[in-house]
Amino acid sequence: MNATTTTLALPTDWRDFLALTKPRVMSLVVFTGLCGLLAAPGHINPVLGFSAILCIALGAGGAAALNQWWEADIDAGMKRTAHRPLPAGRMRREDARDFGIALSAASVLVMGLAVHWLAAITLAVSIVYYAVVYTIWLKPRTPQNIVIGGGAGAFPPLIGWIAVTGEITAMPLLLFAIIFVWTPPHFWALALFVKTDYAKVGIPMMPVVAGERATRHQIMAYSLLLLGTALTPWWIGGTGAIYGMAALALSALFVALAVPVAIRTAEAGDAMKPEKRLFSYSVLYLFALFTALVIDRMLLA
Amino acid sequence: MTPQDDDEFRRRRRQRNIVFGLILLGLAVLFYAITIVRMTD
Repeated sequence: MNATTTTLALPTDWRDFLALTKPRVMSLVVFTGLCGLLAAPGHINPVLGFSAILCIALGAGGAAALNQWWEADIDAGMKRTAHRPLPAGRMRREDARDFGIALSAASVLVMGLAVHWLAAITLAVSIVYYAVVYTIWLKPRTPQNIVIGGGAGAFPPLIGWIAVTGEITAMPLLLFAIIFVWTPPHFWALALFVKTDYAKVGIPMMPVVAGERATRHQIMAYSLLLLGTALTPWWIGGTGAIYGMAALALSALFVALAVPVAIRTAEAGDAMKPEKRLFSYSVLYLFALFTALVIDRMLLA
Repeated sequence: MTPQDDDEFRRRRRQRNIVFGLILLGLAVLFYAITIVRMTD
């Protein structure tokens, strides 16, 4: 890539370093991490709680920077990502790598010193999982890449929870499972209406490799799985009825919106309304479900 | 380098220094707070 290897005439604008951390993804990470922390039983000093969330956010930012360092050539070929700092030639590739490593290392170190090492190790695992296992290893190799990638996004509430409790129990693992199962229908709904871009750069997204029909059926299957997973914290007595009712209503609507996506076939020049609707709702779903969890657990405590 | 480029170079370098300084200041305050909290635990 000519644009990413030549010496830049100007120093990189600091906003491009900020953009490298994917602030919009980070806002979801901060939110779910904070929910895990607030829903956990017990107490954490506010300063240490703040530090834990900051470290989760920095770790996610570092992993995002490493992801863009590795994928600069792929990003250059997609309309959605071509304007990012590296493919647009506004930053040196090595700078993105070093920035990513520095953020990642700092987040793990501070987490270990301020909170405890179980949280720090889990954070380190999540960064390596996203930057190496997902980005470098499996994303370019398997159409199950999104299922695997969902694991990376599922870490924040788990880390937030164990920052308070200091141990990995069923509840934080269930929060992990919810986001893990939520990610495939969330992302495949998006991939159905931007699939031409992924096909162009050779990333084996499900709609490209297995076909649209298979993808639509998988979206349905995961939506039903999500219904079961989201209700499990209530079934095992980890939450009260506030969460249970919210999870039931929100997940039922999720399934209801997935049905039209699952049974239809897109025509040429299709507006893809049901897919776009499911994608938008999936983001709202996660915010609402985790908010309900926190309200429930706070009233229960 | 044209004079315009030179101005832009200085502006970006200055902004980066300011942002980096603020981050360091924030971290110093945070580490101080963490230390106090951990010592009184």
